[in-house]
Amino acid sequence: MARRYDSRTTTFSPEGRLFQVEYAMEAIGNAGAAVGVLSTEGVVLAAEKKTASKLLDTMKRSEKMYKIDSHIMCAVAGITADANILINQARLAAQRYAFSYQEPIPVEHLLQQICDTKQTYTQFGGLRPFGVSFLFAGWDVHYGFQLYQSDPSGNYGGWKATSIGANSNAASSILKSDYKDDMKLTDALSLAIKVLTKTMDSATLSPEKLEISTVCLKDGSVVHHQLTDKELESLLNKAGVLASDKSDS
Amino acid sequence: MESVIALEGDGFVIIAADVSNARSIVVMKDDVDKIRVLDDHKLFAAVGDPGDVSKFFEHIQKDVKLYNMRSGITISTAAMANYTRGELARFLRRSPFQCNVVMAGYDPAPNGAGPSLYTCDYLGTLAKLKFAAEGYAQYFVLSTLDRYWKKNMSVEDGLAVIKKCIAEVQTRFVVSQRRFAIKVVSKDGVKVLEAADSTTPGKKMDAMETEAPAQTVSA
Repeated sequence: MARRYDSRTTTFSPEGRLFQVEYAMEAIGNAGAAVGVLSTEGVVLAAEKKTASKLLDTMKRSEKMYKIDSHIMCAVAGITADANILINQARLAAQRYAFSYQEPIPVEHLLQQICDTKQTYTQFGGLRPFGVSFLFAGWDVHYGFQLYQSDPSGNYGGWKATSIGANSNAASSILKSDYKDDMKLTDALSLAIKVLTKTMDSATLSPEKLEISTVCLKDGSVVHHQLTDKELESLLNKAGVLASDKSDS
Repeated sequence: MESVIALEGDGFVIIAADVSNARSIVVMKDDVDKIRVLDDHKLFAAVGDPGDVSKFFEHIQKDVKLYNMRSGITISTAAMANYTRGELARFLRRSPFQCNVVMAGYDPAPNGAGPSLYTCDYLGTLAKLKFAAEGYAQYFVLSTLDRYWKKNMSVEDGLAVIKKCIAEVQTRFVVSQRRFAIKVVSKDGVKVLEAADSTTPGKKMDAMETEAPAQTVSA
């Protein structure tokens, strides 16, 4: 009988909890970490790639970062298959908005739509909720650079710096102590790397285990940049955490 | 037999619209306010079937209000104009609204684009313009606007040009449009320069009633 309130997402337990939603969040706690840091010059998203094997031939450069629209990026922690559904929906929503209003979608507006979908699966249908958390980084005319985090329950919030995935508690405490309001983009990048070294198992990092993206403004338009292996290497070197042996375990 | 005239100046847009409501050849009312206030910084004037105009305006106004409430952001004039175009085009293939629209707004700094003026016809052709005329005024005032409209005019100068246009309509148009309501939208919001129900200029209909000679009944 202990599992009476486990099987259906839509049923409260006597303590007033939704176990399936909590399990979904638990699943995300095991996924590769993703960190987001806001700076005055742009937003940084950094994520840990959990590459299964060096034999894996990744068709795309990115497995945890997705471009939603020219002004919005997102990082994923959790079940990638679930994330793909929501990312597809987010891209559609962004283009639908652009079609109706001939303007890029405000970042929060998009997030609201995605989180509405996530919430639906905690209430209707008796199916499982989406096992993904997102970090959304973007820029719009209303609030400038923004960073949002969302979880499987459909909650979301705006953050100056936050993390999702494995060891996110440890990451949060570092962010809390090290984040400053007037950080430049380079400061944000090194803070993100510092956090990832703490959340990942090894003390040293290599470019193939990392993915870092930035969302910045250049000449009045939003540019998204995914750091190349070379850029990552020099960043890691500067932080003094570059793995000397680059062979995959 | 309606007229709307509008122009953009330095930090503002002026719209003038006649105040008559006519059916066939008969004037029913002469205090109709055709320049509707969409929100604090947006004006919406339309010519066409009066019923369609009010329904379509309310449709857009409520959608804009819902947008603002949901997102916590005031919609920009450009977004509102494009949305309006989309709605006209969508309804065109179902149950068309017969109205041509003039939209004006002011998007405050630092993010806004300042004043802007748009027109959209019932087929869904949107145009961003510096000056515009819809309805019968189109046939009379575009040359006046071509001649006198200048970049970055003050409200006074803009109003003077609008008055010239009105004079042109009143001189050349076979149908009399005795009075025009005039509103301006700027960073301070919407201001009424000439109210639709003003009693001063022109001959009011209720005045005509009182002037009618009393019937004497012979014994």
